[in-house]
Amino acid sequence: MKLLIANGYVIDPSQGLNAGMDLLIEDGRVARVLDRGEPAPKDAEVFDATGLMVAPGFIDLHVHLREPGQEYKETIATGAAAAVAGGWTSICAMPNTDPVNDSPAVTRFILEQGERVGLAKVFPIGALTKGSGGKELSEMGELKDAGIVAVSDDGRSVPTAGMMRRAMEYARGFDLAVVDHCQDHSLSAGGVMHEGRWSLILGLRGIPAAAEEVDANRDCALARLTSARVHLAHVSTRGALEAIRRAKELGLRATCEVAPHHWALTDEAVADYDTNMKLNPPLRSRDHVGALLEGLRDGTIDAIATDHAPHHADEKGLEFDQAPFGITGLETAVGLAFDLVHQGVISLERLVELCATNPARIFSLEERGTLRKNSWGDITILDPDHQWTFDVSKSKSKSRNTPFDGRSFKGAAVATIVAGRVVYLHPDFARITASKHSQFAAGR
Amino acid sequence: MSTTFNRKHLLGIRDLSAEEITYLLDTAETFRDVSRREIKKVPALRGRTVINLFFEASTRTRTSFEIAAKRLSADAVNISVSTSSVSKGETLLDTARNLEAMAPDCIVVRHSMAGAPHHLARMCNAPIVNAGDGSHEHPTQALLDGLTIREYKGRIDGLNIAIIGDILHSRVARSNIHLLTKLGATVRVAGPGTLVPAEFAELVEHGLRVEQRIEDAIEGADVVMILRIQRERQNAAFFPSMREYSVHYGLHPSHLERASRDVIVMHPGPINRGIEISSEIADGSRSLILDQVTNGIAVRMAVLYLLARGNHSAHEEASVKPAGPAGPVGNAKRVRKGIRA
Repeated sequence: MKLLIANGYVIDPSQGLNAGMDLLIEDGRVARVLDRGEPAPKDAEVFDATGLMVAPGFIDLHVHLREPGQEYKETIATGAAAAVAGGWTSICAMPNTDPVNDSPAVTRFILEQGERVGLAKVFPIGALTKGSGGKELSEMGELKDAGIVAVSDDGRSVPTAGMMRRAMEYARGFDLAVVDHCQDHSLSAGGVMHEGRWSLILGLRGIPAAAEEVDANRDCALARLTSARVHLAHVSTRGALEAIRRAKELGLRATCEVAPHHWALTDEAVADYDTNMKLNPPLRSRDHVGALLEGLRDGTIDAIATDHAPHHADEKGLEFDQAPFGITGLETAVGLAFDLVHQGVISLERLVELCATNPARIFSLEERGTLRKNSWGDITILDPDHQWTFDVSKSKSKSRNTPFDGRSFKGAAVATIVAGRVVYLHPDFARITASKHSQFAAGR
Repeated sequence: MSTTFNRKHLLGIRDLSAEEITYLLDTAETFRDVSRREIKKVPALRGRTVINLFFEASTRTRTSFEIAAKRLSADAVNISVSTSSVSKGETLLDTARNLEAMAPDCIVVRHSMAGAPHHLARMCNAPIVNAGDGSHEHPTQALLDGLTIREYKGRIDGLNIAIIGDILHSRVARSNIHLLTKLGATVRVAGPGTLVPAEFAELVEHGLRVEQRIEDAIEGADVVMILRIQRERQNAAFFPSMREYSVHYGLHPSHLERASRDVIVMHPGPINRGIEISSEIADGSRSLILDQVTNGIAVRMAVLYLLARGNHSAHEEASVKPAGPAGPVGNAKRVRKGIRA
């Protein structure tokens, strides 16, 4: 089976590619990139990518798929469908399911469901501690053998520095990245939004930036002590970025990701008590958002991850204090990332680096995040100019908890290819391609 | 000056303009007389239904709303958390929708969570009055405080007002800060550092200062408002002991020597005698605590009248409308206990 992605513009930061080229995929893997006009095998099926960007498949390091246990919010099938519709070819599933993914049986179940669905590749993340209770180490070795790609107790921070140290030291033996949701519970307990002017105005209990910053600094100090790989999930504060920046200068194996809502919205958005603005970490103030943009620009931030967190409408329909944290994000992330490109914060190459190259490296996902020969034929096809409006009623996710319903975007993933198979094609793909052809004709 | 109040709900003071606040206070003044008559009832809301939906314990506010509704001839129904179906696991929204199916003309809501009335306002058709939501706002309390200050000082513009105590958790403080600064007063807040965050100064654009010592807040004050210390918050350890609080942050007669000579002292109640306020002051000539309660009825009558009247026929309008906004403000008919306007 051969697929030729023809006439596109190939961007692959892993080999410094950024040129008009064709890409040949054979039996699910990258066979080679071809210069324009270079003859391709006659028997290859041709995918017309005229005027579009061809990038290594995007990898989301942070999603909540809710299966097993909370299938009323999302299933691996609906989550994977939302993923490919948003341009993600791989998704890394956090272990806070019911039961928690702290056993090989759960890990294998998630892998098997992912295979059965056959859309985005699903990589399970194992629990850091048993039951994510923060007390005893999980069986990381067994979990790794079963197929996990990292360990985390996401949703809660590892409670003590001593526990975190032990986890890092143990995970190091299996070369697993330790992913931490940095938040000192003694500072954040009871908080429902960013602590600052808006939390005071609204009378809502705040989560101070310091809650994240204290733990980010702790984790970086422990990375230095243990030489382990630490990855800070969804950083949202200036102080956490400063900690990571310093850790990188020291040559530590510390990385971090940012979620799109954290640069796209501020705490002011909570003003109407809209529970789709209730996030953890919370939407921060302008100053912190400025620091995130700086981190995206200067390379301190390694990855963009959605923290896709589906919740049922009945749960989000409760009082602000009672509603659960989190929003869906798989289908809006690339659109929000293109905002950064159009605003000149990052280049297209850097966007690909943040969504594909670096995520593959952070979780050691071999033969992904690159278009090198023999890598998996996972491709995200992008149209930086496509203008669209997000309509949550058409979302592939089972849940509807998004603050971006009705928002306009410029730039989208218009096709998603996993192992050489087109698993998502934008409903208007034919029209998009036709307009690219007419633009090119007019250009000549 | 605004000559009307066109909002559907009263959710907070922060949303209101100075003109709207003044119109509400003027309307309240016209209703004050009703409570001084022998027959304390006008037919303004005859045939209309007001539901007091209280998810949090309250005696004073609920009674005040109930009396206000009854003096307007509305049918007032009280639902408190202990008798409601909330304990059976029904959501706030379902409770409100069920009540709404009974066609009330206004729902007065008190809830321990900030934003609960906003939630209802988004989902229900009936006008919603916020009777206190968590640590957010308590608009009718600020209005009655404003009415009381106007009665005794003749104005709000240009006054120095100190608010002392647990500012962080106080909806009364927030609503008052918005109301008083919008009407031109300067507000100084003070209390223990754990309960008065420095960032509070950014709550409003101008007119608010955060002081570390209560003496600094009271210096030259025309009005001193004392907030209730909520004993149930003690276990959160915002301060070491009630004893220490009363010594360092309680209002004592010596404090008032720093204030303006005709200072007035207010408290939203219920008071903790000897903790945030000494009995000498609470019962003394400068205390307006009971006047606040009296004015609460007038303010709530005004709010219910403006929100629950809906579409009146011309005939009804002519017969029930109060005599229009009062003339010059501050025409307090009585000068109580030697405090001059």
